[in-house]
Amino acid sequence: MGDFFTGYEVGDFFDEMFSGPGTVRPHYAKLLDRFAEMKPEEFERKRDLAASTFLRQGITFTVYNDDEGTERIFPFDLIPRIIPAAEWDVIERGLVQRITALNLFLHDIYHSQNILRDGVIPKQIVWEAAHFRSEFMYFDVPKNIYIHLCGTDLVRDERGNYLVLEDNARCPSGVSYVLQNRQVMRRVFPNLFARHRVRPVEDYSQELLNMLSYIAPTGLTEPTVVLLTPGIHNSAYFEHSFLARSMGIEIVEGRDLVAEDGHVFMRTTKGLKRVDVIYRRINDDFLDPQVFRKDSGLGVPGLVDAYRRGHVSLANSIGTGVADDKVVYRYVPEMIRYYLDQDAILPNVPTYLAANKDELAYILDNLDKLVIKAANESGGYGMLIGSQASKAERERFREKVKKNPRNYIGQPEIPLSRSPSFCDSSIQGRHVDLRPYILYGEKVTIIPGGLTRVALRDGSLVVNSSQGGGSKDTWIIGENEERNNGVVE
Amino acid sequence: MLSRVADSLYWMSRYIERAENNARLADVNLQFLLDLANQPQADMQQQWNPIISSLEENELFVALYDKLDGKAAIDFVTLQENNPNSIYSCLTLARENARTTREQISSEMWEQINRLYLFVKSESGKKLLRSSPFEFFKRITVGSHLFQGVTDSTMTHGEGWDFIRIGKLLERADCTSRILDVKYHILLPSGEKVGGNIDTIQWMAVLKSCSALEAYRKAYVGQVAPWKVAEFIITHSAFPRSIRFSVDYFDAALHHISGSSESNYMNEAERLSGQLRYDLDYVTIGDIFDFGLHEYLEQIQERLVEISDALHSTYCASAAHEKIVTG
Repeated sequence: MGDFFTGYEVGDFFDEMFSGPGTVRPHYAKLLDRFAEMKPEEFERKRDLAASTFLRQGITFTVYNDDEGTERIFPFDLIPRIIPAAEWDVIERGLVQRITALNLFLHDIYHSQNILRDGVIPKQIVWEAAHFRSEFMYFDVPKNIYIHLCGTDLVRDERGNYLVLEDNARCPSGVSYVLQNRQVMRRVFPNLFARHRVRPVEDYSQELLNMLSYIAPTGLTEPTVVLLTPGIHNSAYFEHSFLARSMGIEIVEGRDLVAEDGHVFMRTTKGLKRVDVIYRRINDDFLDPQVFRKDSGLGVPGLVDAYRRGHVSLANSIGTGVADDKVVYRYVPEMIRYYLDQDAILPNVPTYLAANKDELAYILDNLDKLVIKAANESGGYGMLIGSQASKAERERFREKVKKNPRNYIGQPEIPLSRSPSFCDSSIQGRHVDLRPYILYGEKVTIIPGGLTRVALRDGSLVVNSSQGGGSKDTWIIGENEERNNGVVE
Repeated sequence: MLSRVADSLYWMSRYIERAENNARLADVNLQFLLDLANQPQADMQQQWNPIISSLEENELFVALYDKLDGKAAIDFVTLQENNPNSIYSCLTLARENARTTREQISSEMWEQINRLYLFVKSESGKKLLRSSPFEFFKRITVGSHLFQGVTDSTMTHGEGWDFIRIGKLLERADCTSRILDVKYHILLPSGEKVGGNIDTIQWMAVLKSCSALEAYRKAYVGQVAPWKVAEFIITHSAFPRSIRFSVDYFDAALHHISGSSESNYMNEAERLSGQLRYDLDYVTIGDIFDFGLHEYLEQIQERLVEISDALHSTYCASAAHEKIVTG
């Protein structure tokens, strides 16, 4: 065993790489061999190379409320997270099942609302959801697909079971890091890729463009697709620009677009040019000041009118936010049973709703053990980790929950699995999650792996980039791997 | 291409060129002061004023520094964040513009611009400026040249490239006129004659600012004379930093965008640029000195502003009610 992992502690958690002290899991064996032959200086050089590549290419994200320069590199950990094909196959089936059910759910609640009539989900939960758009009742979206892009966050508990933590069905971000991390890893560890059969992620942008073209208004063979960004100051601007570039489409801001006679156009040096599909990275609220928030300077007046007339398609559709409401999330297993007559392949994390009287009592009695989340916040904001919070913080949340129970859920604190990561000059176990990216067009396509986020602070369970998280390259090792073991080398 | 993107490419290119020219100007002035240090009675501090004047930022300069010496002047031109035309500010703005046009420019161009930006922002950049300003300025000019080379060899020579070319050449024409005009602001030390030793050193410094000394030597034999320097820098048809050369080439780029012939015009920007181009083709250095060199250069700068404005209203301010291009 190489120096790097001497003294590595597995701890009381499920460790992605070691099944016990010094016992490596089979799918990590070759990686461990590689590290055994590596000198600390070589590892140091590789870390420098990776860091300078990210900085030089300007792969950064923006942090709000931070005076010291708004751009930061998303910390990158060199030790990949490896998932064997057999595990991945289950995840993949589980995600296809989930997005299929979520789309059937959205179509249902924007039409006949059978699932509410049959009492599977309480009516008021949907009606009171902040992102339910009653204006779009009975509206038919192109090809009947609501969520075209979804990022579903998975975690593993202490026994290694995969659980769904949440769905991001509005504007999921982070996929550019998956592609960039892979590019950097290939440069830093060229030989590792030769030894492993890592499933490629590089065709994601092509799949994304295929999906966007597929949902174009009918009759168009070569639709004009654009990506709508809030602008350069948005935290994910790098990603917007990266995706537009890899698809070869225009990245536009609201001010570049104009709606006229029920169509949307972009202002070009040669006059106005019609736009057919908009991959929008702006939330519903800001899309069109004539329909949603009046003070939005990011959107396009008249855009929603063009969308209603079917002259322009949006990905994701308007109104998908109701599907990633954390209260609605609790009912996804029921949706799967209701629409597909199947059991959920990937279970949810147990979830208590403050809206239910007896569950509210349980939440309030166990604030020090639970994680409390607001129904519609993301990025690690609006959240309480009871075991780590001060008494004052817990009391603050107690008041919030009591005041607005519909808006809060409680979940047991999941002891997330850990993955060896380089911290403070040695390799230590750090908690990770996984966000696979799902595309729903002519078929459902899932990027092999996804974004592994890692909480780099010791003991921290929060993996969000805005809260000190980093990321790792995620490898799905092909099914022939086990058979070829020892032969490839 | 999106109007906003065309505008950003144009300004990205202008700002890089401006940063380069500021580096040239400061570099040559510094060398010039070293030459001058051997002369008796030289007033070192006064020698920075022309640079500040040429940037039209006298008031800001006085407001920002307690002691208006060479150190302050160099800081003002290079790293001063509050000077919108400092090298630092120019590269920051160039990068901001590049960031909004990432999908249009090549990755190589972005990396180069980012590298240059990170350099002026870094501690090592500041250290280099203190320990060896010459090397600092070299890094900026070479960085800008590298960007131009990378642009020409990695970006499709289409509309976006044309806007980048126009930005660069228009800015260069403007900067060259300002560099030449610096001589107008320089006062000869008392007792020195026009055509004397110091005067000649100053004219040579002007040529060096434009990397033109060697090219000038090839074109003219004998002493460096003011009217010859002005003639070379304003009207030489083949030297790539002369005003005439810059105007010729951005005029051609304008026509390349619209597809109209260079003997005709399709919009106001082309009309103004064609007019300036032909004026420069036929003007003699005698005409210029009769008109007054300083006045002539000011007039060029004003016309460049008009062309830039016309370019913007033609391509970048497209209103909703214009012809609709589909497909």
